Amino acid sequence: MNIEVIDSLTEKTWNIRKNIVRMITQAQSGHPGGSLSAVEILTYLYFKEMNIDPSNSKDPNRDRFVLSKGHAAPVLYATLAERGFFSTDELLTLRKINSRLQGHPDMKGIPGVDMSTGSLGQGLSAAAGMALAGKIDGNAYRVFALLGDGELEEGQIWEAAMFAAHYKLNNLTIFIDFNGLQIDGSISEVLSPLPIPEKWRAFGWNVLEINGHDIQEIHCAVQSGKAFQDKPTAIIATTIKGKCIRKMENVAEWHGKAPTISECEEFLFELSRGGL
Amino acid sequence: MAKATREAYGEALEKMGGLCSDIVVLDADLSKSTKTCVFAKSYPERFFNVGIAEQNLAGVAAGLAAAGKIPFISTFAMFASGRAYEQIRNSICYPKLNVKIAATHAGLTVGEDGASHQSIEDISLMRSIPNMTVLVPADGIETHQAIRFAAEYDGPVYIRLGRMAVPDLFTEEYKFEHGKAVCLVEGTDATIVATGIMVHIAKEAAEQLRAEGCNVKVLNIHTIKPIDKEAIVNAAKQTGAIVTCEEHSIIGGLSSAVAEVLVENCPVPMERVGVCDTFGESGIPKDLLKKYGLTVDDVISAVKKVIARKA
Repeated sequence: MNIEVIDSLTEKTWNIRKNIVRMITQAQSGHPGGSLSAVEILTYLYFKEMNIDPSNSKDPNRDRFVLSKGHAAPVLYATLAERGFFSTDELLTLRKINSRLQGHPDMKGIPGVDMSTGSLGQGLSAAAGMALAGKIDGNAYRVFALLGDGELEEGQIWEAAMFAAHYKLNNLTIFIDFNGLQIDGSISEVLSPLPIPEKWRAFGWNVLEINGHDIQEIHCAVQSGKAFQDKPTAIIATTIKGKCIRKMENVAEWHGKAPTISECEEFLFELSRGGL
Repeated sequence: MAKATREAYGEALEKMGGLCSDIVVLDADLSKSTKTCVFAKSYPERFFNVGIAEQNLAGVAAGLAAAGKIPFISTFAMFASGRAYEQIRNSICYPKLNVKIAATHAGLTVGEDGASHQSIEDISLMRSIPNMTVLVPADGIETHQAIRFAAEYDGPVYIRLGRMAVPDLFTEEYKFEHGKAVCLVEGTDATIVATGIMVHIAKEAAEQLRAEGCNVKVLNIHTIKPIDKEAIVNAAKQTGAIVTCEEHSIIGGLSSAVAEVLVENCPVPMERVGVCDTFGESGIPKDLLKKYGLTVDDVISAVKKVIARKA
């Protein structure tokens, strides 16, 4: 990717981060930490990689994305709005009564959401099902999914991991948002899913390890995964929970806490300086 | 002729596979028992074994449906409704995805495998989920038509099937109507409302009662949800007493669904024939039905009891 493309994607990440902070503050509820850690991944997918059309969000030939860590809905909504699936004004209805923007993604309500998620551990199975449907039909679309690292503690993830490798779903690429924290603390203290790459390799996946905030590395990993003929790809993306907001970075408490109004102003100011 | 509803399911699924290329079938290492092996033999490219992993079974089906397929997934009722309950709720029913859960070996008549495999709560679990349709066919012919309905209907369907052979109640002319109760016997003294394998037992009870001069109406409820309110209310008005019969716990299943309709519309004396809030055990089906109170004689005494309660 040339520098202009990276610059343009980086600019989107600042808008998306600001909207994540705004919408969670407005809702006074939501999950900022794990939304901010995944901004570069979603920005790359929705603005560079995925074959999607906001005016035809149900196109059967489109690429699909499943947010298996559904509590990071704000990053998905902010990215979809930035990409033109719906108005950014609507983001401020997050988690409010009568809103399409449910606390966790509801595919029936929002254009661009490919799967309803929220109960951890379930998204990978659905993504594998979509990938299998593409194989059955000989359709070239690709399926992407984003999993949390804490989410790997769910047994269903490993059922799905075995399934995707067994059926050679090379049209499936997943990211693991390896920010190292879950609600109750660090993943290694709560119930360690480590070592992560070795587990996915042992389950028969193509495994890549990257810095999840480096758009160039995300690009290289996604393209490398597409070249594999007989395996699904797991990209272990090392990230920082709460990335780009110093008060939030690597603080487990910000997993599911909303900023106050004054914190919101402070964070937006910090994000606008970063954007310069 | 007698046939297990799971056998009829296997045949019907294979037939539907020929009519609709969007149908795909998934099983969790029980295809020989659930009879999805018949489909697998004819359409191997549309059959997928997920191994012993029921949560993933439900989740993969959700993804297939989201991409336009019509997945039928099968395992024992215990594991479909129990092990994969939350996947069915959140990945299938919440987004109203077009997945058909054909669960076999329901109820006590699994037999020798014992309580761990005897699902007596599945109707209760499945009918309480929004967007879910629940079907319990009573014989092979009704099963064929229920499977066809499920394939044509757009949305999640749970179909409860049995291991044990049951006699034919219907002929090839029978027409399955979704959500409509079927009156098998007319009568005025009481109504037996039955589902699944208990329908033929209820019918036999009504025949024996007739010989004693007691005329009992028999309704077959193949669609537990949405239930036929009109037929139940009319039967209550016409006969003044209801007995429900199901191979399921008396908590949350057919009896609860019928009681909900009655209390809101036409309260009448009601008795319940079902498994009385207890686990089953190993044994042959006949012995189990006897020990747990699901025989013709049990239905007859419930009818007599309910008639005695009529004012």
